[in-house]
Amino acid sequence: MPLPSYDAFDEKDLGAQVLLSQFKLNTSGDAVTVRQAVARYMKEHGASALTVTRFATAVSEIARNAIVHAGGGEFSIYVDPGRKQLSVVCWDKGPGIEDIELALSDGYTSGGGLGRGLGGAKRLAKKFEIRTAVGGGTSVLMSVNL
Amino acid sequence: MAGVTSINLVEHALLVSIQDDITDTEILELQDRLSTKISENRIDGVILDISALEIVDTFVGRVIAQLAGISRLLAADTYVVGMRPTVAVTLVELGMYLPEIRTALSLTHALAQLRRV
Repeated sequence: MPLPSYDAFDEKDLGAQVLLSQFKLNTSGDAVTVRQAVARYMKEHGASALTVTRFATAVSEIARNAIVHAGGGEFSIYVDPGRKQLSVVCWDKGPGIEDIELALSDGYTSGGGLGRGLGGAKRLAKKFEIRTAVGGGTSVLMSVNL
Repeated sequence: MAGVTSINLVEHALLVSIQDDITDTEILELQDRLSTKISENRIDGVILDISALEIVDTFVGRVIAQLAGISRLLAADTYVVGMRPTVAVTLVELGMYLPEIRTALSLTHALAQLRRV
């Protein structure tokens, strides 16, 4: 049976931004790798310590979600040619999210967590968009100004 | 290569230094080692040094709360030391206030608090 398809974020959603690097998300160590890569790039391009911490925390939340709830996924980092904005796309083929509003609300958990991860990531990122299909997967796009 | 989280006995307290790249497997091992050490020694307190942590997300926040919970059940108080200011701001934004945790500005401060107990 084919998976229900959904319109995951890709290049067309990133405008003029170019792909900087791409990672596989399989183990919890991969979540550390991607958030450290994002933090390193932001620091090198002059982002403040608080901006880096907030965004790296949001990255860690969505990367962990893909690993823990969806059995893994892929993570891409994009940057605009002027190096003024950084975007990340986290994509998985997991079970998807039935009720986005509920998943984004504080206190809701599907897997024994605290239920603050997704809503927290949304608050911490300057721009946060999510697309999902039940049985198809989930894709999150987040951006931050450098 | 992931860093090794160390547990050291300082006076009647266990000093636990958590590394930034700690993995889920290492966290489970740490809970195991810590609970064993608390019960084997006469421990008044556990001091979690998180100065190496660049971020604390909800997962790591939960781990810290669990370590404190385990210590509490084994009659030891938990102090968190070395939290970066940016981490504190981010945790509050995440809605994680970690009420079961006592914080101390430094290891010296935490040990002074424990001597008073």
